[in-house]
Amino acid sequence: MSQAVQAAPAPPGSVDDRVRRRSLLASVLSRPEVGSLVGAVAVFALFFAVAPTFRQAASFATVLYAGSTIGIMALAVALLMIGGEFDLSAGVAVTTSALFASTFAYQLNLNLWVGVAAALVVSLGIGAFNGWLLMRTGLPSFLITLGTFFILQGVNLGVTKLLTGNVSSTSVSDMDGFEQARAVFASTVPIGGVSVKITVFWWLLFVAIGTWVLLRTKTGNWIFAAGGDKAAARAVGVPVRATKIGLFMTVGFMAWFVGMHQLFSFNAIQSGGGVGQEFIYIIAAVVGGCLLTGGYGSAVGSAIGALIFGMTSLGIVYAGWDANWFKAFLGVMLLLATIVNMIVKNQAAKR
Amino acid sequence: MRTRSRRTVAATFVALAALTLSSCSSSGGRQEDEAPAGGAAGKADTPTMKIAMITHAAPGDTFWDIVRKGAEAAAAKDNVDLNYQGAPEAGDQVNLVQQAIDADVDGIAVTLAKAEAMAPVVKAATEAGIPVVAFNGGFEEWQEAGALGYFGQDERTAGEAAGQRLTTEGAKKALCVIHEQGHVGLEARCAGVAETFGGQTENLYVTGTDMPAVQQAITSKLQQDPAIDRVVTLGAPYALTAVKSVADAGSSAQIGTFDTNADLMAAIEGGDIQWAIDQQPYLQGYLAVDSLWLYNTNGNTIGGGQATQTGPAFVDASNVDRVAEFAAGGTR
Repeated sequence: MSQAVQAAPAPPGSVDDRVRRRSLLASVLSRPEVGSLVGAVAVFALFFAVAPTFRQAASFATVLYAGSTIGIMALAVALLMIGGEFDLSAGVAVTTSALFASTFAYQLNLNLWVGVAAALVVSLGIGAFNGWLLMRTGLPSFLITLGTFFILQGVNLGVTKLLTGNVSSTSVSDMDGFEQARAVFASTVPIGGVSVKITVFWWLLFVAIGTWVLLRTKTGNWIFAAGGDKAAARAVGVPVRATKIGLFMTVGFMAWFVGMHQLFSFNAIQSGGGVGQEFIYIIAAVVGGCLLTGGYGSAVGSAIGALIFGMTSLGIVYAGWDANWFKAFLGVMLLLATIVNMIVKNQAAKR
Repeated sequence: MRTRSRRTVAATFVALAALTLSSCSSSGGRQEDEAPAGGAAGKADTPTMKIAMITHAAPGDTFWDIVRKGAEAAAAKDNVDLNYQGAPEAGDQVNLVQQAIDADVDGIAVTLAKAEAMAPVVKAATEAGIPVVAFNGGFEEWQEAGALGYFGQDERTAGEAAGQRLTTEGAKKALCVIHEQGHVGLEARCAGVAETFGGQTENLYVTGTDMPAVQQAITSKLQQDPAIDRVVTLGAPYALTAVKSVADAGSSAQIGTFDTNADLMAAIEGGDIQWAIDQQPYLQGYLAVDSLWLYNTNGNTIGGGQATQTGPAFVDASNVDRVAEFAAGGTR
């Protein structure tokens, strides 16, 4: 399922259909993210036309911020879905990571960076556990991560309550390392008079790395192969087990990153947070062109999907539409974006 | 390859352990916050009583945690064996009350947020000879359902108090942030604000379980409508997030909120948040349990057949020091 197949020189006289060079337009249109890009442009144009505030640079910075907090996780979830698996624990794993970092440092009176490092170990461990259990049992990832989802939700609340006596973590804004960590995870960068959240830049960096890995490395081919046909991939020597565990750990890493962003933005973490977010990530990945069946999708697409979600949810506010209908508008906009996506993809397939 | 990766793992752990030992935080942390536990009174010598407290709360809500602490304080004082349960779905809450009836408890304290669904089972309890008190939710319906008393705040009245306050402050346009769409109590608060506030009130729905999304939504609303000069949130964590939104949007809006916690008290002291409406959740839990004990031991009813209002009371710069002390202990 590698997408980077080079066309071999055609033998003189006959052109083999399998290696025929396609026109530039056709090959661009057959990229997974193109449909969502058209959808994103459509959503952007709509709100640009109806919402005056949406046209301001400051508003666009807020939209990008909304895209980044979903998009960083959606990227990892998209890679995992290309690899043929789901992670329903992705939403609460963010909360777990943030709670662990703050509680660990707070309870032991440590520099916050120690808590940050320990939370990374825990987050990667949760991802590795999901992946290991999946490969060990052969059960669907849907079931395994549903279990982890409930476990983490209970642990988040239970441990926080046990240690603090309250249901949210204690504020850590007065502890050592807070200011530096905030600079890394949750600061604001002024660009031409507009304040842009640092998560936007991290998001762009992660998407660039994700795209490079998927399209230009052996690991990328492994991911497509593991998600396309596990048995066939294993037969041709793809390390399916390591690939899938690695993908779950990537989700763990991103959950850690977003968790740290939340911790250093809001100082204290609500232990019940993150529930329901896992579906937003999956939606962003699917709107961005990932197939639910695996083996197909793109990293850039997940970013565009997250951006569509961010533009829609904030665009409705910028347009000043009736707040009671918010969720209905959101659903209609997402369906429209997905339908545009599908039409473009079908057109591309006909070429 | 394998041994090398093992060595790397071992080295990482050693480094982490070393880092852990050498990097204590000089400020903040648990060392500074060890506060004495409050509310340890004497204990009644009445025989142990079994009381079930059944709420409509989802696990992990700060507010309900304080209700529970109040109930536990009363239980400890009254020699009560308290069984606390919560279920957000009406059907589950009905089942929990039915289980309490089957267990033949000595009293039931129940929230009537979904009064229509709860009324029959409350009736069944009173018919079985078990006294029932209502608290927090059901201001309109508790008498009809057959409860002995009610401890709480009428959400609409609380909203109206907030609206009056905004009017006296001379505000022009308020944004009421609802963090759970379709929640009757939250809607009633915003409706109350709109009722008595002389200016304009607009509602904004946000996803309460996703804090960055809450911040982004409030920011975008403030950018869209610079005329907004007050933000009213319906829970303490959302008020603290609104502070960041106001800064992000470069708005000059002031913030008021319903419900409190320790961080919120600090924000009121620091001037980031103007006021909070306190419905005294600790008192709701405490009185619910204590009233059942009084009824069973002496036939008293707190409130004498009328609802006992635990709010709305304002916490602002003028009285925050008094309340903050207790909020730090997690009981206000």
